[in-house]
Amino acid sequence: MSRAVGWALLAALAVGPPLALAAGQPFYVDILTRLVCLAAAATSLNLILGHGGMISFGHAAYIGIGAYAVGIPAYYEIYDGWLHILLAVAFSALFALATGAIALRTRGVYFIMITMAFAQMVFFAVVSIEEYGGDDGLVIDIRSEFPLVDLEDSLTLYYACFAVLLGTLYLVHRLVRSRFGMVIEGARGNERRMAALGFAFYRHRLAAYTLAGALCGLSGAMLGNFTNFISPEMMDWTRSGELIFMVVLGGTGALFGPLMGAAAFLLLEELLSGWTIYWQLPFGLLLILVVLFARGGLAGLLEGRRG
Amino acid sequence: MDAGLVAAQLLNGLQLGVLLFLLASGLTLIFGIMDFVNLAHGSLYMVGAYFCATLTDATGSFLLAVALALPATALVGAAVELLVVRRLYRRDHLDHVLATFGLILCFDALVQIIWGPEGMAIRLPAWADGQQHLPGGLVFPTYRLLIIGAGLAVAAGLYVLVVKTKLGMRIRAGASNPAMAGALGIDIGLLFTLVFALGAVMAGLAGMMIAPITEASIGMGNEIIITAFVVVIVGGIGSIRGAFVAALLIGLIDTMGRSFLDMGLKLVIDVQAAETSAPALSAMLIYILMAAVLAFRPQGLFPPKAR
Repeated sequence: MSRAVGWALLAALAVGPPLALAAGQPFYVDILTRLVCLAAAATSLNLILGHGGMISFGHAAYIGIGAYAVGIPAYYEIYDGWLHILLAVAFSALFALATGAIALRTRGVYFIMITMAFAQMVFFAVVSIEEYGGDDGLVIDIRSEFPLVDLEDSLTLYYACFAVLLGTLYLVHRLVRSRFGMVIEGARGNERRMAALGFAFYRHRLAAYTLAGALCGLSGAMLGNFTNFISPEMMDWTRSGELIFMVVLGGTGALFGPLMGAAAFLLLEELLSGWTIYWQLPFGLLLILVVLFARGGLAGLLEGRRG
Repeated sequence: MDAGLVAAQLLNGLQLGVLLFLLASGLTLIFGIMDFVNLAHGSLYMVGAYFCATLTDATGSFLLAVALALPATALVGAAVELLVVRRLYRRDHLDHVLATFGLILCFDALVQIIWGPEGMAIRLPAWADGQQHLPGGLVFPTYRLLIIGAGLAVAAGLYVLVVKTKLGMRIRAGASNPAMAGALGIDIGLLFTLVFALGAVMAGLAGMMIAPITEASIGMGNEIIITAFVVVIVGGIGSIRGAFVAALLIGLIDTMGRSFLDMGLKLVIDVQAAETSAPALSAMLIYILMAAVLAFRPQGLFPPKAR
């Protein structure tokens, strides 16, 4: 059931934007672009959080690294898109590898707090670099340039982001069904058993953690291109919390969970912020209620499972 | 380098250290005893500051306001424990961070509804507002000295409470084995509420003490709470002694790094490079320290005894 809803959502995302443009509502194209970028980021988080049981509370850092990998070259008037993507993926992977190597030595709460602290380290480092705008952020005057594809066109940009989402979904889908995916799922369930079976799952986890970071960096690069403006605020730790909320709202470990979660999250945000300027209050209450009473998320509800 | 400046910065570092201890001791107690991760601890810090600001306006006395705001913050803490936190002890850490993340959103919105979007300043009484001439010709604000003194006194009081009193004995019993403590007739539910309220009081006190310097503002807790997490991790989760040592260490390193790192770097690399890299590096210093500690001692400096 949740699979069907996921496919329906993807189909709607595939045809939605041209229809919105035809209806004279370019605003919806913007919302949907943001949605697919965040859904891709949440899907990458789901790989380690949902499948690997690694509760990373610093995933927004990779969105920031990806966005700055577009913004800083653009600041020096280097607009080559492939270079941007290379930098975004390489630096995200490198940061994930270095911090993951330390964080994955720990368990439970230590892991949550450490990933959060490392993300905050990037946040403060970027805030303190005046050259790139510090707190005020950086304007990207020209988007990444690719041969044949013009990201300045909003529809083209949308489909580029959509392609990133599809690629991320496909990769995560293939991975969790591979031997590699089995190992990290197994280690989530019972570490001691996996060790007894002879799996050195630390390396598998580190690889998954690095890959998730790299994928999220890619979605961050797309998000940076879309917003045309990047600031440290993109990687504030509350953003990481929102990504986790999307994953849990949709249902951890379900392929389309993060996509549904991101869609529900943005929908709620739009509805509630249109309704009251204090939208965070009902939003926060809802989050608490979801945790208390609907632990399987939307995917769980659709499958008829409950907390 | 001027010795007076170094001494002044040492005192500033000490002041940050005692504030961090007030926050981290509550976090580490709540974690050590209830195995609960409380992201919303920073919200209680904020609530304390707002209570104190309002009561200072109402009563005209800062000290009286603190005396009234402390039990008020304890009540808020107890209410949060009874309404939300209590239902989550048996859940996993992911549920803890999500629900308390929701609490943060609620608290931020509620404060905005009650006190408005602008911050609230607290006027210090005349006796606390001056400067003190310390031995060695050092001049230092009276109020900052008071913070250091009050913080150290609370630390000593907490030590006496936990180690020397009957309540402290129950707290330690609850920490080492809640089921056994319950079987021996300790009301575990009440104990947990008390510990949570105690943590809230200390976080609130930290907020009250800093508010005359920075003013009470929305989201003021969301930044310092991450530093408090770093303190808890470095000190070892569940250890009050570890929290004390780590809080002073991190307070000093952060303050000294921000003041003197550029000078130190200028000795090693050229002036231009030192001036650009020092702010970013000093912002990252405490996280690098955390990573270094964890690389050698994954459980922190004072690891909890095995349960």
